[in-house]
Amino acid sequence: MGGAAFNDTFAGRAAARFVAFAVTAFARLVTAAQPDWRDVDPTSTAQRIYYANHVSHGDFVLVWSVLPQRLRERTRPVAGADYWTGSALRRFVGTAVFRSVLIERTPRAGGADPIGQMAEALDAGASLLLFPEGTRNLGDEPLLPFKTGLARLAIARPEVDVVPVWIDNLNRVLPKGTMVPVPLMCRVTFGAPVRIDAGESVPAFLARARDALLALRPRPEAP
Amino acid sequence: MSAVHGDLLRVFGGILAILTLASAVGFVLKRRLSPDGGNATVDNLNDRIRAWWVMAIVLSVALLGGRLGVVLLFALGSFAALREFMTLTNATRADHATLVAVFFVALPVQFWLIWIDWYGFYSIFIPVYVFLFLPILSALAGTTRNFLVRVAEMQWALMVCVFCLSHVPALMDLAIPGYEGRGVLLIAFLVIVVQLSDVLQYVWGKLAGRRKIAPNLSPSKTVEGFLGGVASASLIGAGLWWMTPFSPLQAGAMSLLVTVMGFLGGLVMSAIKRDRGIKDWGHLIAGHGGFLDRLDSVIFAAPLFFHVTRYFWTV
Repeated sequence: MGGAAFNDTFAGRAAARFVAFAVTAFARLVTAAQPDWRDVDPTSTAQRIYYANHVSHGDFVLVWSVLPQRLRERTRPVAGADYWTGSALRRFVGTAVFRSVLIERTPRAGGADPIGQMAEALDAGASLLLFPEGTRNLGDEPLLPFKTGLARLAIARPEVDVVPVWIDNLNRVLPKGTMVPVPLMCRVTFGAPVRIDAGESVPAFLARARDALLALRPRPEAP
Repeated sequence: MSAVHGDLLRVFGGILAILTLASAVGFVLKRRLSPDGGNATVDNLNDRIRAWWVMAIVLSVALLGGRLGVVLLFALGSFAALREFMTLTNATRADHATLVAVFFVALPVQFWLIWIDWYGFYSIFIPVYVFLFLPILSALAGTTRNFLVRVAEMQWALMVCVFCLSHVPALMDLAIPGYEGRGVLLIAFLVIVVQLSDVLQYVWGKLAGRRKIAPNLSPSKTVEGFLGGVASASLIGAGLWWMTPFSPLQAGAMSLLVTVMGFLGGLVMSAIKRDRGIKDWGHLIAGHGGFLDRLDSVIFAAPLFFHVTRYFWTV
C-alpha cells in the first residue's frame, strides 16, 4: 500500500498536477471539447452538484477539461470505490489526480454512508460531479434509470444548485472495448440549475432532473 | 536571399498592409457603431480580422519553412477538417476500427505520399485503395444498419478533407520550366486569391447585396456579392501574375477558375450544413466557425487548379 503514502509527498502532488494537465490537454486535443453554458453562469463560483450522463471512462475528464480553471479546482467527481482502489495506479489517478469522493456502490452493513460522504465534501467547500445512472450506459437508450443518491443528496443539502450536464458524442470517441480514441468533436452542455422543492419526493425530483438532462441533448441520437 | 524568399516577403508585406488596413477599419467601426459590444456584425467582423492575423502568420511561417512546413500545415488542417466532418456523419461504434484507420493511417499516408512526391500513387490512393478497403473494414464489424450511408459519408469526408486538400501542398512539386524552386509561391497564389475572393464576396455582399443567389443553401450569399467578389479577386489575381508561372491574362483566367470553384464549393458545403441543421462546422476559429468553414472554397478549387496547371504548364 505504498501508493497512499506517495500521493501525499511533494513529488506525488507534483506528479498529480502534471497528470491532470496532461490528461485534460489530451482530451481537448482529441475532442476539441466545447462547453455550452445555457441558463447557468460559467463565471459564478457558487457551489454546485453537477450531474451528467455516463457513456465512457473519459466523461469526468471531458467535463473537467471544459470547466473554467477556478471551477475545475474545486470540482470533485463521485466515483465507485471498488474500481478506483483496485490498484496503486488507479488509486493515484482517482484520489491524487481527480480528488474523487470514493463511495461504495453496493452499500453493505457497517460501510460508509455515501450520502454522508458527499455532504461532507460539499460542507468542505467542494462542488461535486455525479453520474446518477451509476454505471456506464452502453446501450441505445439515451439515459439509464437514475439511482436515488442524487435526490437524497439534494434533500440533505437543499441550498446547493443541482446542474445538469449533457456530454455529447464521447461514446463515439471511445466506445466500449476499444483502446484508441478517434478524434471527433464533443460538446458539454450545462443547463439551468434544478433545486429540490420542500417536501418533493425522491422519485418526483429524479424525474424532473432526468427531464432537465434529456432536454440538453443537441439532437436525437444517431441510429 | 533567394528570389523565392524575396517574392515571398513581398507577398507577406502585401498581406501585412491589407490586415493592418482591415484592423484599422475594424477599430473605427467598433468605436463608431459598437462601443460596448452592441453590434453583433461589427464584433464578428473584428473577431474575423483577428483570426485572419493568426491564419496569415501561421501560413507565412509554414511557407518560409519550405516543404516540411507546408506539408505539416496542410496535414494538420486536413486532420481538423476531417474531425469536423466525421463528427456530423452517421458513423457509429461499429465503424470505430474504420475511423481509427481513416485518421491514423489513410490521412498520414496521403500526406507522406505528397511529401515523397509520388504522384502516381497519391492521386489514386484514396479514390481507389481506401475506397475499397474502407467498406471492407466496416463490413467486417458486422453491423449492416445504415451501411451504405455510413460508408459513403466516410469516403466522401476523406475525398473532401484529405484528398482534395492534399492537392495544395502537391502544387510545390509541379515541374514547371523556369519556375524551379518557386512552388510555395503557387500555393500562396491559390490560397490568397481564393480567400480574398471569400472576403470580397462578404464585403460586396454586405455593401451592395440585394438579391439572394441560393436562398435554400446559404441565406447570406447574394448575386452582387458573388459577381463583385469573383470579379475583383480575379483582377487582383491577374495583378499577382509575377508570383506565378502564368502571364497576367492567364493568371486572371486561373483566378476566375478558382474563385468560381471556391464559390460553388462553399454552396456544396452549405448544403451539407443545412441538411445536418448546423450553422458552422466547428468553433475553433473565432468569428469564422470551424476549419471547414474557412477551407471549403480552397478544397474545391485546389484539385482543378493543380490539374490545369499540371496539364498546361509542366513538361
